[in-house]
Formats: sequence, structure tokens, C-alpha cells
Amino acid sequence: MISAGETLRLAARALSRNKMRSFLTALGIIIGVGAVIFMQSIGEGAKARVRAQIESAGTNIVMLFSGSSQGPGGRGGAGSQPSITWEDLRAIQTELSSVAAVAPQMNASQPVISETNTWNTQITGTTPDYFTIRNWPMSSGAMFTASDQAGAAKNAVIGQTAADNLFGPGVDPVGQLIRIRDAPFTIIGVLERKGQNAMGQDQDDVVFIPLSAFQTRMQRGLGKFVPGRIFVSAVSPEAIPRARNEITQLLRERHRIGANDEDDFSTSTMAEMTSMLTSTQETVTLLLSSIALVSLIVGGIGVMNIMLVSVTERTREIGIRMAVGAQPADIMAQFLIEALVLATVGGALGVLFGVGFGHILAGKLGWTMATRTEIVVLALAVSAGVGVIFGLYPARKASRLDPIEALRYE
Amino acid sequence: MALIKLRNLGKIYQSGDTEFAALRDVNLDIERGEFVAITGSSGSGKSTLMNILGCLDSPSRGSYVLSDRDVAQLSRIELARVRNQFIGFVFQNFNLLSRTSAAENVELPLIYAKVPPAERRARAKDALERVGLGHRAGHTPSQLSGGQQQRVAIARALVTRPPLILADEPTGNLDSATSIEIMKLLAELQTSGMTIVFVTHEPDIASYADRKLSLKDGAVVSDERTGATQEVA
Repeated sequence: MISAGETLRLAARALSRNKMRSFLTALGIIIGVGAVIFMQSIGEGAKARVRAQIESAGTNIVMLFSGSSQGPGGRGGAGSQPSITWEDLRAIQTELSSVAAVAPQMNASQPVISETNTWNTQITGTTPDYFTIRNWPMSSGAMFTASDQAGAAKNAVIGQTAADNLFGPGVDPVGQLIRIRDAPFTIIGVLERKGQNAMGQDQDDVVFIPLSAFQTRMQRGLGKFVPGRIFVSAVSPEAIPRARNEITQLLRERHRIGANDEDDFSTSTMAEMTSMLTSTQETVTLLLSSIALVSLIVGGIGVMNIMLVSVTERTREIGIRMAVGAQPADIMAQFLIEALVLATVGGALGVLFGVGFGHILAGKLGWTMATRTEIVVLALAVSAGVGVIFGLYPARKASRLDPIEALRYE
Repeated sequence: MALIKLRNLGKIYQSGDTEFAALRDVNLDIERGEFVAITGSSGSGKSTLMNILGCLDSPSRGSYVLSDRDVAQLSRIELARVRNQFIGFVFQNFNLLSRTSAAENVELPLIYAKVPPAERRARAKDALERVGLGHRAGHTPSQLSGGQQQRVAIARALVTRPPLILADEPTGNLDSATSIEIMKLLAELQTSGMTIVFVTHEPDIASYADRKLSLKDGAVVSDERTGATQEVA
């Protein structure tokens, strides 16, 4: 049998002799691979974006909610029935080795008045640990401190969107006064921009005040229970499951919940939220990719069709080659490699087309593209495989021709 | 030692229940350097004989020794190797690859003989010069006349320097003047030591040979040596 390089040369020459036909045949593969790459890249991009948004919430986070109420009106949402006390929080903070910090968060929507503007924004009461847990640095000024918290100081830390709307863009509001429910608060710091969260809310449209101040100003009095959600950070990403278990154990003990009774609180991790939000996208991507895969197979059938036509058309050529000494394996390899080259070059063009088209469309629509190398390699391997599988039958047919018959073929 | 030695060679074609003997008990020796014409009416078995001599087909029985090697029962792969090394073919309809230059057509057997590209080109050029077409190496068959195409085919047959050249009606598609040129070219090859066997049904073309075999109903009915090869020219 002659060398692979020699066979490759023969195949390249035969294909370039029928450029238009080769291109049209490869087009099926180009579109199939292009579609697979495009779908995967867009899907992967969307997933990466959701993941980035969720990660912007903070790292190592376990969220803790009070239990849901169960009444005649049906089951309420998580946190609708307060069950976690301030004592519980202190216990989580001090007794559990896997927990680094705990920060409750209470929200209220309120108009805030500056000297020049009024802006309806979210007031969040929390403790200084909150910013550590959420990995949220300051852009100017300072964080409120433990003593602010202890003394219910009327100090505020403000998000970028709220700052822009209250004081105008580009103005540093540190030291300015704002009024919340008639109480004056001094802005002591501005947070860095964080962008949208996974739900599409602007996380920077917020004014943070000490939780103690929130409770006295917004709630009138300290309750026994912690309302809202509680951010707990584990000591490391690996410690997240352990932290979650320990919190569950501790709260069950403290709330004296029997072995067969349900928790009166709930926990969730960012990983759960990520998988929940990305699973739909994965399903859609998978569905679209399998449709694209079908078109790849259709492309393969196109290759087989053209190779069969080619074998018939070139029967005499095959006869001549056999007469001058080509072995059946040489003929087989020639046609197989032709199909392989057709499909693989089609696959490579398809990758370029898929990525190129994806980038253009992503640019226009503001989507994110993320092409994974594995997918590209896989797509190329699949198109090469398609070439071999659909080229095998025509190549076999060619190699089995009888030289005498083939030479006589008109 | 004869180049070709056929002993009790037979070929039977089967179609359904009926058997047809295309060749029966052919015994034949062809020495190296002979110039042999095979004649016979259609259906006489001359094409079958040529196909078997050319290792394109295998006999049903008997033996065929080519260049001291029994090739009667070789596999397809081994037959391809024998064709490549020992035989050059010239066909009635030239059988050149279309849209392929004369030089590349001549190179074709060398590709399958695994000759490196540079040497291939050099040998193809030599072969084309030998048939007087050195200046047409880049032309495709459609740019060449019938006689020139047959010369390219002859160059392709001799490029591997085989001991045996088989020509099946080499002048069948050519006018008489061109036919004479082609037969002269084959006669020249004979003088350089090649053995040439050709089929024809034209007596004046057969007279170029120094040995004439006649076939009838699958058997050799006459075998005459003339010795004189150039009398018609």
C-alpha cells in the first residue's frame, strides 16, 4: 500500500478538481458543525454569565432563612414564619468552627432625601461582616464599624447607583447627609460597583445602615427573631457543606426539633442556586445541540451520496489505477481519505463559521460567547468520524470493483 | 527460460446452469524479446487470454508462469503487485486519466511502485521523451491527438521498465498512418529487449509481429513465426 501522504495528495487533487461540488458537499458538515459550535458557545456563555452573577453575591456563602409558615392559607415562602433568634445567630457565630462570619440582612424600600434629590431606594440594615462575606470592597470612605452597630449610629454606606441618583454622577458623597424617615444619616463610605445579580436586580441601588439603626428607625424596637435572610460564610469553599450541616444540627438542637420533624428553617448554597438557574439553559442547549447534531448526520449522508456518485463516475479511473498496480487497499484509502478530508475540512470551516457568526450575533445582541476547546475538538472529531463512517461504504465499493469491468465502463 | 509459460490453461465462465469455456487447454511459451500478435474473431477467447496474461483475471485451471513465478492462483493484492512490476498495458481506447497531464499519467504506475516523487518525475520525463512527446508533458489528454494519447499510454506502460508489454488492439482507434507510427514505436521497444504481446484483427498490423498466434473457440489453432517485421513499412 502506498503512503498516507501520497493518498492525501491524491484525495486533495480529486477534491480540488470539483471545487464547487466539494464545497456544496462540505456545506452540510459546515452548517452542522457551525450550528453545534454556535449553540454550545452561546449556551456556555449564558451559563458563565449566570455563574459570574451568582458569584458576585459573595464567596463561601450559606444562606439561612427562617421557616415557612403553614396555615390555612397554604404554605408561605421561606422566612415567612420567623424562627431564628438573635441567640441562634450568636451560637452559630461562636460555636461552629466551620463558620467564619454571620450577617443578617433586613430590607425596606424607602425614599431617601439628599440636599438636591429624592430617590426611592432599598435600605438594608446589616452588620459590618456583611461586606466581608459578600466580598464587596469600598471605593471611597470607610465601612461602618462594630461600635456603629453597638451604638445604632446614624452612619450610612451607599451603593454607586443610589449615590449617582442622590448626588449626581461623579460626585463623592462621603460626608454628606441624607434623610431616611426624617432621621439624618451621614454617608461615611461608597461601595464599589457590583452590577446586576442573577435575578437582574441592580445591586448598587442600595443604602446600607447598621442593623441596630435599622431596627430602631425602621422597625421600632428589637424583636426576638431575626427577620429576613442571614448570610453565613464558611471558612473555605470546601467547608461549605460542613458549615451547612453544622448549622442545621445546631439549630435543630436549639429549636428542639424531633428526629422525625421537619426543620423550621432552611438553608441554601450558591452552588444550588447556580445549578437551579443554569439547568434550564443546559436543557435548551442540549436540545438545540442535538438538532444541530442531526444536521451533521444529514451532512454525512450528503458526503456518502457524493462519494457514491464519485465512485461511479470514476469507475474507469479506478480500473486504470488497478491495471497499473493499485491494490484494493490503495483504492479504498483514496476514497476514504477523500471523504475524511471533505468532512474534516468542512468541520474546521464549520468551527470558524460557528464562532464567527456567534461573535457577530453576540456583539449585536449583547450576549456572551464562550467556546470551549473540548467542544471544538469534539466537533472536529465527530466530523472526521462522520467522514469515515459515511465514506466507508463508497470506498469499499470502489475497492471491490473488478478491474476488467471497470476498464470497460463507459 | 521462457518469460511466459501457459500449461493446460482454461477459463470457464458460468452463467446460471450453463458453462461457457472461453479458453480450453492453452499451452504456450513466449520467450523474452518476442513480438507476438494474437488474432482471432470476436468470441475466440483472445480478450480472455489477454486478461489472464495481464493478471487482471485468473484462469479456472492450468498454470501460468510469468518470469519464473506461478501467478495462476494469486490473490488480488499479489496480482496488483505483479501487474505493477512485470506488465505494462496499452489499451485500444488509451485509458488515460482525463484532466491529468501527460507527465502525471505516465507517473501513475510509479506512485503504486512507491518511487519517490523526484525520481518519478525524472523517469516520466524520460519515458515521454522516448515516445517523442517530451514537449507535450504538461498537456492533458484532451489537448492531444489520438496518436499522441496512445504514445502517452505507451510511455506509461514502459515507465516501470517491465519485461512484458501487453497491447489490446493498440491501433483500433487510430487512422492507418498513425497506426503505423504506433506499431513502429512498439517494434522499437522490442529491439530494446521488451517482450510485446498485442491483439489485433487487422492482418497488416499483425504482420509487424515476428510471431502470429490465431485463436478459435478458446484454443490456439495456428502459431507461425515470420521473422520479417518491417515489410509493410
